[in-house]
Amino acid sequence: MDLRDTADEQRFRAELRTWLADVLPGLGPEPDREDWDGRRAWDTSWQRTLFDAGYAGINWPREFGGLGATPSEHLIFIEETERARAPYVGMNFVGLLHAGPTLIAEASAEQKAYHLPGILKGDHVWCQGFSEPNAGSDLASLRTRAVRDGDDYVINGQKIWTSYGHVADYCEMLVRTDPEAPKHRGISWLIVPMDTPGIDVRPLMTMEGTAEFCEVFFDDVRVPVVNRVGDENDGWRVAMVTLSFERGTAFVSDVLESMELVRDLAELAKHITSNGATRWEDAGLRRELGRIAAEFDALWALTKRNISQAQRTGLVGVGGNVFKIAWSDLRQHLGDVAMRLLDRASLSLDDVAELPTGRHVHARFYALSMTIAAGTSQVNRNIVGERVLGLPKER
Amino acid sequence: MDFELDADQESLQEGVRAFLDGRFPLDTVREIEAAGHLDRDRWHELGETGVFSLTLPEADGGLALGISEAVLVFEELGRALVPGPLVASFLAASWIDGAGGGDAIVGLYEPAEPVSVVEHQPDLDALLVLAPDGVRRLDPAAVITTPVRRPVDALTPVWVVSGAVPQGDLVAGAEAAARARLVGIVLTSALQLGLALRATELATAYAKDREQFGRVIGSFQAVKHLCADMLVRAEVARAAVYAAAVALDGRSDDDPARAAAVAKTMAGDAAVANGKSGIQVHGGVGFTWEVDAQRFWKRACVLDTHFGNSDEHADAVAAML
Repeated sequence: MDLRDTADEQRFRAELRTWLADVLPGLGPEPDREDWDGRRAWDTSWQRTLFDAGYAGINWPREFGGLGATPSEHLIFIEETERARAPYVGMNFVGLLHAGPTLIAEASAEQKAYHLPGILKGDHVWCQGFSEPNAGSDLASLRTRAVRDGDDYVINGQKIWTSYGHVADYCEMLVRTDPEAPKHRGISWLIVPMDTPGIDVRPLMTMEGTAEFCEVFFDDVRVPVVNRVGDENDGWRVAMVTLSFERGTAFVSDVLESMELVRDLAELAKHITSNGATRWEDAGLRRELGRIAAEFDALWALTKRNISQAQRTGLVGVGGNVFKIAWSDLRQHLGDVAMRLLDRASLSLDDVAELPTGRHVHARFYALSMTIAAGTSQVNRNIVGERVLGLPKER
Repeated sequence: MDFELDADQESLQEGVRAFLDGRFPLDTVREIEAAGHLDRDRWHELGETGVFSLTLPEADGGLALGISEAVLVFEELGRALVPGPLVASFLAASWIDGAGGGDAIVGLYEPAEPVSVVEHQPDLDALLVLAPDGVRRLDPAAVITTPVRRPVDALTPVWVVSGAVPQGDLVAGAEAAARARLVGIVLTSALQLGLALRATELATAYAKDREQFGRVIGSFQAVKHLCADMLVRAEVARAAVYAAAVALDGRSDDDPARAAAVAKTMAGDAAVANGKSGIQVHGGVGFTWEVDAQRFWKRACVLDTHFGNSDEHADAVAAML
């Protein structure tokens, strides 16, 4: 056990830090959250900047244009970009971290040759069409149909929670190709160009009142059969292959952001007053924040353990589920404390009285999605109970 | 960066576990409980395996290992519910003859409010005090106490201090005392981690075996999720404890004081919460003397009071924000 950088890691970190210091001053201001065209331009141009410097596809194998970095180097990459307040993947998320790795593992040579450079250079933005209104935690029950017609599939159905659906070029999509087969065995994985006629993308307004996700409707959408990745009806396995690419780095930026939120909230508490004393002088609140900070420190350590395990064995194992359960609950707890700490300043999603409070209210909203997105905490607890502890399934 | 155990650390932990499975099974722990005092022969055996002298230089009969290795050993001691002043005797090995080899049993005296206590008083050969001015050694017999008739943890009998406590002899300076305190915090956290892990194992085993409504209770999500949360708390605590040990060994960039406070907060809360859930999963029999689940909760309550409880350490973390 040694948490210090190796000589190679030190060199990697130093070079990256120097490069970030050189390139970031020319970046320009970040566009408004609601300015989708602006955000797309910002995110993809940052991706192009990374590509030109050789940092694109940090964890992708070298033979497919990536940097082939180790999980530890990937951790350093995220740590340094967060520290420098550089952009993170943004809307390149699905392409770089989900669709891309799936294509690397399962796609044909032609599919790889066309799509992988598009993702790495920031030319193409991808979205994900997996979940449906009636297929959430039970994803394999999805019903969007793709019926073979000559050299095409004809798709009818509806997808939901499609982040960046209205600005994406391609969609990685799971469709039902055999409704008679057992649910996991009748699914295929398709590359769907988002400008295909018959696709209707409608923004889905979140509880925050913003359009972070989309619903996507498919009405006789024709997609060439050559856009299928993997065999027909083997799409579930193709989708699951993506999970085996996870090296414990999925939540690195989230933990770092969480720790920054705690520090920022503590700072805020030292400046705002209530009944003549600063909020920080409230021993109960301070202690609660101390416990939260302690747990984020522990989760940062757990992140490093998961990454080390992935580096050693190639798999994160159950540490990922354990992390997700604890981290999402903790973000909810932090959110509750933030709302109480801010009292009536917590009643606005925008900064009030020239205090930087809006980010904490936004974070409190967003925390409500964290125990749901990417596997609800309830499903995760089943996984931990059954796959780690060996308890039997309910049915 | 590598946060995995190396081969030597893995075999150390496996070796200690095998030894404890053989010499300190829960049946034996219950015998010690019934006897009402520590077993000197078994304490000596612990000493012979190197439990108390792990980090001493080889010239002093130690194994010259680090705190990273010590936490693995203390995690196992906690897992096995081994009773006695394990951490105090470990710390004393540097200054008190016989402590490292398990020939002397050394306890810890921490002045406290509203009462100060001495645990295992009649079993002790010496008391260690980590005072602001340094490490002091006290004669246990010189501390005037009255026994507690019904200690919370029958495996940790307690005497309440009822008179003035002598200053004792200074055996090391303030810096050594501060370092010993940090090591004590982290090793106590490791014991708590072991308790949290074993409570999870016992609850899970029971949930796989106990049938109600025609099936094992562990198949019910309500029970399964209790067990899953126990594992989550234990694994989060494990990361914190190991990170603190690595920080104390100087093999990370983390602040050792903060890492130690984080470890004690997380492991302390995990041990108490898992002790409680362990009893809950056992249902009615969990509340009986016969079933071991309660022993893990009780020890968790005792260890939370050592070297500052989890509230005090959460305050310490807050002060570092």
